[in-house]
Amino acid sequence: MSGPSDYQPTNPALKWIERRLPILGLMHSSFVAYPTPRNLNYWWTFGAILSMMLALQIVTGVIMAMHYTPHVDMAFKSVESIVRDVNYGWLLRNMHASGASMFFIAVYIHMFRGLYYGSYKEPREILWILGVIIYLLMMATGFMGYVLPWGQMSFWGDTVITNLFSAIPYVGDSIVTLLWGGYSVGNPTLNRFFSLHYLLPFVIAGVVVLHVWALHVAGQNNPAGVEPKTEKDTVPFTPYATMKDAFGVSCFLLFFAWFIFYMPNYLGDAENYIPANPGVTPAHIVPEWYYLPFYAILRSIPDKLAGVVAMFGAILILAFLPWLDSAKTKSSKYRPLAKQFFWIFVVVCLLLGWLGGKPAEGIYVIAGRVLTFCYFAYFLIVLPVLSRIETPRPVPNSIADDVLAKTGSKSTPMVSSVIALAVAGALFAGSVQDARAAEGQEIPPSQKWSFAGPFGTFDRGALQRGLKVYKEVCASCHSLSYVAFRNLADAGGPGFSPAQAAAFAAEYQIKDGPNDAGDMFERPGRPADYFPSPFPNEQAARAANGGAYPPDLSLINKARSYPRGFPMFIVDLFTQFQEQGPNYVSALMQGYVETPPAGFALPEGSYYNKYFPGHAIKMPNPLSDGQVTYDDGSPATVAQYSKDVTTFLMWTAEPHMEARKKLGLQVFVFLILLTGLLYFTKKKIWADAH
Amino acid sequence: MTTASSPDHPTRRDFLFVATGSVAAVGAAAALVPLVLQMNPDASTIAAGAPIEVDLTPIAEGQDIKVFWRGKPIFVSHRTKKQIEDARNVTVASLPDPESDDARVKPGKDQWLVVIGICTHLGCIPIAHEGQYDGFFCPCHGSVYDTSGRIRSGPAPTNLPVPPYQFVSDTKIQIG
Ligand code: FES
Repeated sequence: MSGPSDYQPTNPALKWIERRLPILGLMHSSFVAYPTPRNLNYWWTFGAILSMMLALQIVTGVIMAMHYTPHVDMAFKSVESIVRDVNYGWLLRNMHASGASMFFIAVYIHMFRGLYYGSYKEPREILWILGVIIYLLMMATGFMGYVLPWGQMSFWGDTVITNLFSAIPYVGDSIVTLLWGGYSVGNPTLNRFFSLHYLLPFVIAGVVVLHVWALHVAGQNNPAGVEPKTEKDTVPFTPYATMKDAFGVSCFLLFFAWFIFYMPNYLGDAENYIPANPGVTPAHIVPEWYYLPFYAILRSIPDKLAGVVAMFGAILILAFLPWLDSAKTKSSKYRPLAKQFFWIFVVVCLLLGWLGGKPAEGIYVIAGRVLTFCYFAYFLIVLPVLSRIETPRPVPNSIADDVLAKTGSKSTPMVSSVIALAVAGALFAGSVQDARAAEGQEIPPSQKWSFAGPFGTFDRGALQRGLKVYKEVCASCHSLSYVAFRNLADAGGPGFSPAQAAAFAAEYQIKDGPNDAGDMFERPGRPADYFPSPFPNEQAARAANGGAYPPDLSLINKARSYPRGFPMFIVDLFTQFQEQGPNYVSALMQGYVETPPAGFALPEGSYYNKYFPGHAIKMPNPLSDGQVTYDDGSPATVAQYSKDVTTFLMWTAEPHMEARKKLGLQVFVFLILLTGLLYFTKKKIWADAH
Repeated sequence: MTTASSPDHPTRRDFLFVATGSVAAVGAAAALVPLVLQMNPDASTIAAGAPIEVDLTPIAEGQDIKVFWRGKPIFVSHRTKKQIEDARNVTVASLPDPESDDARVKPGKDQWLVVIGICTHLGCIPIAHEGQYDGFFCPCHGSVYDTSGRIRSGPAPTNLPVPPYQFVSDTKIQIG
C-alpha cells in the first residue's frame, strides 16, 4: 500500500493474474517488501496479536452462531448445550469468551504504547482516529456479545447500559424503547443484539483494513520517534517483522491458553451462570472488566446526564489527542515530564478500573471523583501544558543511531515492564471478583478437592456417591435440568456403562406425549432423557417451599462465588484456584446452626445458616448423619455427604473438565515448543540485520 | 541450542527453519480439527437417534403408517396378499435396481414392508398407494416404486432403502 510495487512474478499464470488484478503486488509491497523501522520493540507486536485475535473471535463466533439460539427461552440453554453436547463446544466457547478479554488486554497495551511513543502525532492522526473508532466498535461488540448467554449479568448489564441512553433530554426514553424493541429488555432486544454482534466484527475488520492502510501510508512510528531517513533505518517486513510478530503472537497464545484451559471462568462473573430473571436484580451489577474505568467515571458524577456524557467523553477525548498534545518530540523516551505523567495516567486508569468494581459508596465515590478529574486533567491540562513548557532531551539523529546506541542494554526494561503490566492487569481484572462484597456472609473454608489444579480429576467414587445423595435427598426439591441420564456414561463422569445409565434412567417415570389419542402419558426414562424436575413449574415449586424457589443444581457450583480479596485473587491466577463454588456449596450444607446468635431476628419459616448471604435460608437442614446408605464403606456423615454431592455437582456444572485439562496440557507442551523454535528462528534471522 | 553464526552453518540454520515451519504447520492443522468436527451431530442429537419401537397392531391390512426415526420418515406398510404377489411376480433381473422382495422383508413376515420414505432421486417423500404399481409415487419428478419399494420407472436410481429393524415380538418392531 505504499506506492507502486516493483514485484514481478515470473510464473506465467501469476503474471496473467497480476496484469489484471495486481493483488500479489499489493500483498508483496504491504507485507513483504514493506520497510519497517529496525528499532521496533515487542510492544509493536500487539498489532499482529490484535489481528490474530480478531480473526480468532470471528472464526469461533461464526461457529458458535451455528449452535446458538437467540431466544429468551432458549439462549441460556443453547449456550449450555454448546458447552456440554457440541463436539469441542466447551473449547470454542472458552476461546470466544476469554478471547474477548484477551482482545481487550491486547488493545489496551496497543493503545498505551501509542500514547507513550506519540504514535498519534503528525502524520498519523487519521491512523489514530481509526484506532479509536475500532476501539469503540469493539466495546459495542463486546457488550452485545456478553448479553447473548442471557444470564443474570447479561440481562442486567443490558438493562443498565441501554438505560444510559435514557439520560438524553427529551428523546431519551423513546430511544431506549427503540433500542429494546419493547417496553423492557426482552426477546426483540436479544435478537437484534445477536444480529449486530454478528455484524460488527466485520465492520471492525473493514476499519482495520483502513487502519493498516493508513499505517502503511504514514509508515510505522518507532521507539525513537524519528522517521526513517535512509535504507539503513529499515528492514523489510518479511522476514524480520513477520518472525518477530510470530514470536510475539506465540507468547501471547501461551498467556491466552492459560485462561482457555485452566481459568475459563476467572474473567467472568459467577452470576452469569444463573439464567436471566427480569424480576430479580443481582446485588452488584458489574460490567466486564474492560469497561470498568468508564463505569467508574459514570458513577462518580452525581448527575445522570453529566455522568453519561463524561463516560462517553472519556473515550471520545482520545480522538482529539493529536491536537491536545502538540509537542514536536514524539517518543516519551525523550520527554522526561511527559514520561512521568504517562505512568501516572496508567495508574489512574488502573485505579479507576479497580473502583469500577467496587460498590459506589463512601470513600470509593470520593476516590472516583478525584480519579475522574485526573483522567480528564491528563488530556485537557497536562498534555497541552507540557507540550508548551517541556524541554525534551535530544532525539537520535536516525533510527540506525538509536539501534547502535542501545546494543548492550537491551531488553531488561522490557521484561520488568511486562511483569509489572501483567500484575497490574491481573489486579485490574480480578477487581471484578472483589466487587461482590461479602454482606453478612462468612467466607467458607477452602477444602481439598480432587478436581482442583491443573491435573485435577473427579473422584469416580465421590461422583457415584454424590449422585446417590442428590437422588435420595436433593432431588425432592431441586432440579438438575441440564444433565441427561446418558451423561452418566460419558468419559470423565461417574463412570457408568451405557447399560447402567439406561437402567438408572429406567427407574424414572418421564412425561411424554401426546400419543395418537392426544394424551400425555408416562413412560420409563431413556438415556436421552434429562433428569426430571420435582415440580412442574416455578410457581408450584415456590408454593411447596414457603415462597422460595429451589434453584436448579446443574450449574450451582459455577453460579456461586465469594470475593477472595486482594492479593489472593492475583495468587489465584497463578495457582489456578477456582473452587469458590464448591467451597461455598459444601460449607452451606454444613453451615446450619440450631440457635441463631442473640439479636438475630430469624423470619418465620427460615433457618439460620452461617454461610448463606444474609443467614436466613428457607431450605431446612437437608442432611443428617446416616441418612443415605453408602455401599462402599465411606463414612455416612454429613461432612462426607456434602463433599460427595458437591463433587457430583461440580461434574454436572462442567462435565468436560477432565477433557479441558488434558487438552490444555497438550496445548501447553506444543506452544512452549513452538515459542522456543520461533524465538531461535527470529534470533537467527535478526542476526543478519545488525 | 546455542546460536552459531549462521552463514557458516547453512544446514543447521535450514534445519531450524524447517523445524519451526513444520511445528507451526502441525499446530495449524491440529487447530482445524475442533473447528471442523464441531459440525458433526452433537451428543444430544446422537442420543435422540436411539432406536424406536413401533406397535403394529393398529395397522390394518392394506394400510400403512409413517413414523419418524432420526428425522427420517419410515413407511410401515401392512401389505395385502395381492400386493405381496405383485411384488414377487416380477423378473428380478429386469428391474433397474435388481433385488428380490424376499430380501427386503423379514422371513415369515411377508406382509410387513418397512422402508425409508425418502425418494432416492433427490429426497422428496413419495406418496403411498399411488402410481401404476400401487406402491409409491414420488410427485417431485415422477419416480414410481412398486409394492416392495423398488424403483420401477422415473429418475430415481435405486430402491427405497430398508432401515435396520427387527421384530421384538409378533406385533412390535424396533427400528434402528
Ligand atoms: S425426488 Fe422423487 S422423483 Fe425426484
